[in-house]
Amino acid sequence: MTAVADFRMPSLGADMDEGTLVEWLVAPGDEVRRGQVVAVVDTAKAAIEVEVFADGVVQELLVEPGTTVAVGTPLARLSGGDATVDAPPAPEVTAPPQVKVEPGVTAPPKPPPVSPVVRHLAHQAGVDLAAVAGTGPHGEVRRQDVARAAKNPVVSPVRGGHVPASPRARRRALELGVELADVRGTGPDSVVTVLDVERAAAASQPATRAESTAPVDKKQAMRDAIGALMARSKREIPHYYLRNTVDLTRALAWLTERNAARGVGDRLVPAALLLKAAALAARQVPQVNGSYVDDAFRPADHVHLGVAVSLRGGGLVAPAIHDADQLGLDALMAALKDVVARARSGRLRASQMSDPTLTVTNLGERGVEEVQGVIYPPQVALVGFGTVVERPWVADGTLGVHPVVVATLAADHRVTDGHTGGRFLAAVDALLQDPGRLDSEGEPE
Amino acid sequence: MTPDEARTVVTDILGRIAPGEDLTDVEPDADLRDEIDLDSLDFLGMVEAIKERTGVDVPEEDYPKVRTLAGVAAYLATHA
Repeated sequence: MTAVADFRMPSLGADMDEGTLVEWLVAPGDEVRRGQVVAVVDTAKAAIEVEVFADGVVQELLVEPGTTVAVGTPLARLSGGDATVDAPPAPEVTAPPQVKVEPGVTAPPKPPPVSPVVRHLAHQAGVDLAAVAGTGPHGEVRRQDVARAAKNPVVSPVRGGHVPASPRARRRALELGVELADVRGTGPDSVVTVLDVERAAAASQPATRAESTAPVDKKQAMRDAIGALMARSKREIPHYYLRNTVDLTRALAWLTERNAARGVGDRLVPAALLLKAAALAARQVPQVNGSYVDDAFRPADHVHLGVAVSLRGGGLVAPAIHDADQLGLDALMAALKDVVARARSGRLRASQMSDPTLTVTNLGERGVEEVQGVIYPPQVALVGFGTVVERPWVADGTLGVHPVVVATLAADHRVTDGHTGGRFLAAVDALLQDPGRLDSEGEPE
Repeated sequence: MTPDEARTVVTDILGRIAPGEDLTDVEPDADLRDEIDLDSLDFLGMVEAIKERTGVDVPEEDYPKVRTLAGVAAYLATHA
């Protein structure tokens, strides 16, 4: 018997009510496998690659590219395979099987030499990046180049105005040096797809230029989305804040010794240790790991660790590293590189966006010693790490200079109080004093 | 590798890691992490790219020597 199920617009974070279907990567009749990226969805924050959550066959595409629909709206009908192919409808729902970072994938995808911000600006302004002369040191297209192109559009004699194309198609066009205006779009409403671009590149058509003016401020949209979510957090969640200074002498010595024996590609950064400590501590103190929905706390039975990633040129996304407590440090490091590279190149996966159970912000990269965070609803806690600094420190009755980090916890008083939060920070501290243990694959409690 | 060649390699690498940043304005002796906003993963990416491009594996203990544009260029000029 053949099950039929809907593939729906996923919720890619608590701040998302609707999304725009940008591109289908499959067509009716295509067989899809669980975890396959089947569509690209644009949110206020970024274009996200959306995976399907079961094997099946695409029967019908219900929504055309360019359409904005509410979260939960059926996008396509699939048959065969398992009964449900829904993407997780909301972060608080127990997630279906997830796509993890593939083992063995240690190198993050190499982004093209255009920053996500520039790409977003170009996309929003309808500027074809391939047609913009970059004034960067190696011909990179910079923000001012896009702004100039948007102001002074070179209108194609054949077909003026904006060429409808997906971000992937635009990216491919940029990579292949194809002018989008010369590409005949075969997608719905003549949208240019990746295949069209590749076909055009193969035929190596001569280039003409086409751009248009449609200046929409993507950065402002992201700022608005962050603002709305944080306002909701501060409105609804009674935060309390704790801090604890952690001596990192042992952890960093362990890290230095381990890295010394390794080539650069296999080295760890201190953030990997901090993340692993937070993930293991969340398992020890499960009251900080989960979501608060419908007036009740729902503890998560896994630790999907959100990692706040700042984007070049402003903005923030917090994709999840799945089962971070179960990953050895090498795997966690690979996953961290992957989510950061994807976040910054605008190629996050839906499964990375939808369901963190606890988020860590590591503002300490440069500068600040301490961060008092704002919780991402519907999560119930946020862990912060500041900069590692050298400070006078007494250990075993001896005053010395030690590397230390301030670990903070912002937590939800509806779920825990300071005593429980304090246990979490104490667990983080204890784990960082025993760095060898951080590398174990998360032994069962 | 001559200092000029080294500088070309470095600016090329940084152009990929920090697209959109104007490298012509970077002070040769200023900390790159401040100048073009490199975080620890970006910095590691730079060291990885140096290894790929030049074969030079900068050990962690030498990281302080490659924190600036001039520093990286000098380091590569000596080691590559």
